Amino acid sequence: MPWPTGLESLPPEPGIFGKTEREMQEAFLAEIDRIPGGERLRRCIQCGTCTGSCPVSYAMDLTPREVVAYFRAGAIDMILRSRTIWVCASCYQCTTRCPAGIKITDLLYALKRVGFDQRAFPEKFPVYVMSETFVGQIKKYGRNHEAELLRKYFLKTGVMRMIKQVPLALRLFRKGRIKLTASKIRGIEGLRKMIARAEQLDEPRLVEEVQPLTRAVGYQAIG
Amino acid sequence: MEYSYYPGCSLHATGVAYDKSMQATFKALDAGLIELDDWNCCGATAYMSVKETVAFTVSARNLALAERAGRDIVTPCSACWCVLNKTRMYMRKLPELRQHVEESLREAGMTCKFDLPVRHPLEVLVNDFGIDQLASRSVRSLNGLRVACYYGCQIVRPERALEEDQEVPMALENLLAGLGATPVPFSPKVRCCGGMLVATFESVARELTGRLVEWARVEGADCIATTCPLCQANLEVLQEGGNGEGTAKPPVPAVYFTQLVGMALGCSEREVGLHHNMIPLKFEFPQMEKPTTQHSPVSPLGKGGNRGVAEPAPTTEAASNV
Repeated sequence: MPWPTGLESLPPEPGIFGKTEREMQEAFLAEIDRIPGGERLRRCIQCGTCTGSCPVSYAMDLTPREVVAYFRAGAIDMILRSRTIWVCASCYQCTTRCPAGIKITDLLYALKRVGFDQRAFPEKFPVYVMSETFVGQIKKYGRNHEAELLRKYFLKTGVMRMIKQVPLALRLFRKGRIKLTASKIRGIEGLRKMIARAEQLDEPRLVEEVQPLTRAVGYQAIG
Repeated sequence: MEYSYYPGCSLHATGVAYDKSMQATFKALDAGLIELDDWNCCGATAYMSVKETVAFTVSARNLALAERAGRDIVTPCSACWCVLNKTRMYMRKLPELRQHVEESLREAGMTCKFDLPVRHPLEVLVNDFGIDQLASRSVRSLNGLRVACYYGCQIVRPERALEEDQEVPMALENLLAGLGATPVPFSPKVRCCGGMLVATFESVARELTGRLVEWARVEGADCIATTCPLCQANLEVLQEGGNGEGTAKPPVPAVYFTQLVGMALGCSEREVGLHHNMIPLKFEFPQMEKPTTQHSPVSPLGKGGNRGVAEPAPTTEAASNV
């Protein structure tokens, strides 16, 4: 991963960063701008309601409150290197309770997207493999075939994990809860065309974002 | 009344009992539940975290199909409900993103105005039919069934399927109490079950469902009534051993709320798919009868605000003595 190392990465001024870091932050800020109400991030008073409400904060290395603090300090790479964005179950409890109306879950989704783009995780990372496999299912069938999704997912993340799941799979099968054959939607060709077009439309944005290199990020960007 | 039915992928596999009980319940109510022709996966939360325009386009295709059909779209899966509804909302708020999505939809000659509401069956049953009407149409009382009403996340957050308090919704309690059941105090009713973490961080999901199950057990619930296929699967699968085998404590069955409603409306256990549940519901459903108790709303704090004590709904006699 191309993290800036050495002197060239030191910020020339507080809140202004080296090129690589700046690119990343530009990408991230653009993501945040696209969330309705994303600008409310600047209203955070660090009260910790999000962390207190989060059912999985006990399993995070950076709590949701800290994620906002790190962002405002410009340390987005720290956030991307934490397990926080991957542990979030997107239950939206933080979002509905935040007294400043900050959409923290959507913020974490935006960070997740940046994390995916940056490949900010180890090989065979479960969350990434799950997402990729899921997307593959939709492109193939138009629907998600649960049995195939899980089989592929466990094969990619570790065969031992799959073997451990066999007794459960058998019990589910006996209860008639596993469908063996996948069904493809009739409009699969149309859906694939739509996805291809949407992927194109998603791409140019990432190129545009890195253009204005002088734009301030971190505290300077959010006032 | 007729609805476009969007079952979602889970209901064709692990959530098959939810599908069956939905169809049985709506049939018993003489309401048309017409499966949306050629629907596709909503994209779920996994897709949302990869590519934004793609995610919204995949989801929007279903809304476009529903608009062609011209009926309100009803989806029992909480995650599908959340994603489809979020798509509809974002498309109405973000013109730039909407333009991209509409452009992508046109690739297959589709258009969408994003006007049609996306609805959850709990809201449809409570608002379109009404608890009183459901109670009057029920032929089998759920009297004696102690139930922990569990909403999970996605139908109360970030948007609400029902116009209710997001922290203390009561629709499910009122609905099941109206059919004769006894809702037990169940404070974690909107706590997360762990969702997809069951596949990615299993120990975390196990911890979250464990707390829910323990709470229901302490309150003496006969079952946990769920509104989501993933919640139901997690609650069953993650109780140690998958079906409670090897646990010192008795497992707590997790059922779909539509299974209970369907039973009250006179469907058979097979029709509502109780045989698909991994932890059997140990409750003798009474023979067909007309319930005599009148529906009365449940207080959010439980009866008399007394946590741990769930009394049966007051009979009309008790009320006249006051």
